[in-house]
Amino acid sequence: MIGWLDTILQGLMLGGLYALFATGLSLTFGVMRLVNIAHGDLSILAAYLALVIVQHFGVSPFLSLIAVVPLMAIIGYALQTFLLNDTLGDDILPPLLVTFGLSIVLQNGLMEVFSADSRGLSVGEVQTASLPLGGGIAVGVFPAITLAAAIVVLALMSWLFNSTSLGRALRATSDDQSTAQLMGIDNRRLYAVAMAIAMAVVAVAGVFLAIRTTFDPTSGPARLLYAFEAVIIGGLGSLWGTLAGGMVLGVAQTIGFALSPAWGIAVGHIAFLVVLLIRPNGLFPRTRDA
Amino acid sequence: MQEFVVSRSTRLSRWAGLVALAVVSCLIAMPWWGTRAEIGTTTSFLGIVAMAQMWNLLAGFGGLVSIGQQAYIGLGSYVAVMVALQGGLSIYLSLPLAGIVSAGAAWAISFLLFRLRGAYFAIGAWVVAELLRIVFANTASLGGGSGVSITSALTGIGRWQREAYALWIAIALGVGAVGLVYALLRSANGLAFGAVRDSEAAAESLGVSARRVKLTLYLIASAGCGMVGALMAISNLRVAPDSAFSVDWTAIMFFAVVIGGIGTIEGPILGAIVYLVLRQSLAQYGGWYLIVLGVSAVIVMRKAPRGLWGVLADRFDLRLFPIDHRVRPRERS
Repeated sequence: MIGWLDTILQGLMLGGLYALFATGLSLTFGVMRLVNIAHGDLSILAAYLALVIVQHFGVSPFLSLIAVVPLMAIIGYALQTFLLNDTLGDDILPPLLVTFGLSIVLQNGLMEVFSADSRGLSVGEVQTASLPLGGGIAVGVFPAITLAAAIVVLALMSWLFNSTSLGRALRATSDDQSTAQLMGIDNRRLYAVAMAIAMAVVAVAGVFLAIRTTFDPTSGPARLLYAFEAVIIGGLGSLWGTLAGGMVLGVAQTIGFALSPAWGIAVGHIAFLVVLLIRPNGLFPRTRDA
Repeated sequence: MQEFVVSRSTRLSRWAGLVALAVVSCLIAMPWWGTRAEIGTTTSFLGIVAMAQMWNLLAGFGGLVSIGQQAYIGLGSYVAVMVALQGGLSIYLSLPLAGIVSAGAAWAISFLLFRLRGAYFAIGAWVVAELLRIVFANTASLGGGSGVSITSALTGIGRWQREAYALWIAIALGVGAVGLVYALLRSANGLAFGAVRDSEAAAESLGVSARRVKLTLYLIASAGCGMVGALMAISNLRVAPDSAFSVDWTAIMFFAVVIGGIGTIEGPILGAIVYLVLRQSLAQYGGWYLIVLGVSAVIVMRKAPRGLWGVLADRFDLRLFPIDHRVRPRERS
């Protein structure tokens, strides 16, 4: 019994990491109906950036975020301005093609630069330390930090969306792009800002991933799929739903891993398909168009 | 009063038919004149042509952009394994079976996937392919994660024959895919396909069921990919889950179709040629051919959204496989 409780607790905390991945995906879809196929690969790029900084300056991976987050935000802004803005329109093919192309280029490019070897980032004792909660249950310190980071990021996003003029512009563009433009919103610049925010969050996700587990140039697509599953399970357009979606996915995967290590990921995919079957709009839907 | 005639075929398209016939005849005779390497390259080229045609049917005419068609390549490959190693039947029987099994699986999967729209359909299809990969990678009787060799199923057949059979199957699939798409688009249903592609709402208002059109195209494209998967197993003699269900298959289909020209029949063939030339000429540089292919596709999408064939067709008014109707004044005799 305690074993299962422990498994579920681990899953909930893993869900925090997935929510970090999912937030950026859900943001770009919400604001500009863009599904970025290279989302996962960009998080792996952030992990490699952190790796280079850690190796070069000998700092803690947490500290590397100070550089990696703004770097990824700049990359996101540039990507949207020079590549993605022109692909947006009624046809879904151009953005899918361009981001899928970017994904293939990033994977093979990282392979050329860093080889196919698995890498990881270490934060020392924090990585393995655990906090006893009593009753034989303990939580890892690092997974707890990840979940806390996810909650902080989501709270920040929630504040940004609901209480700032930037958030108002983002919501207006999301609701009706052409009317927002009539009100004087420069949507191309706004999209670039949205992508910059998404990539800043993805940078956090990538670095936390790299501390939690090893990664290699081909780790990106799996991250995209988990992020996507968390968004769909949680319900489109709902920030905190994304956290719930990530947690459902995380719990499904850890239960799967507990049953049989080879099937953990598959149980996560199956949970996603089951939600799709019984609640096609997700658990906490806010918008109706998918 | 000026009179007009509506025509589909052009003088060029009739010539193209003759040239195609000659080329196909040469290819069928290839085992007697080509080297082993040439036969192998041609086999894989025709497999790519068939795959690209199927993806083009799905995305170019059905508006269903999928990043999960590798699911059916993998499924078809494993049908070949099961037929040959476990069923004890001739591996060549696996071709029709792979098509049937893939269409059946696609029908079942469509109930889930068709709940997702647009880009989410694309990624949802990828999730399904990943799930299938994990299932086959964990099936010990099919070789598990490291895959399985099917050489033992082909012991009675000589190497020359085996490679010739693979080539002929590839010709049947490649030519068959082109022929099928051509016939489909010129049929009465073809009008419905084009209508759904151009405007779903308008097509629905004229009594075309967009859902049925999309499902039909999805089943055909999946069956086609399943058969190409069986061909890949037969020609490579080895099936492993990571390569059979690799998203690279869809990358090749996607990029070849976009580079060649989406929504045309000539485009995917041209795209497959571009892919093959890139792969052969960059062979010693590892993954670079995929990088160049991806970048080329992005450039083509930005500069010439209708692909290389679109550029050629517009400039020289070419139609090799005419699927549109043209109206021109009747010539006075």
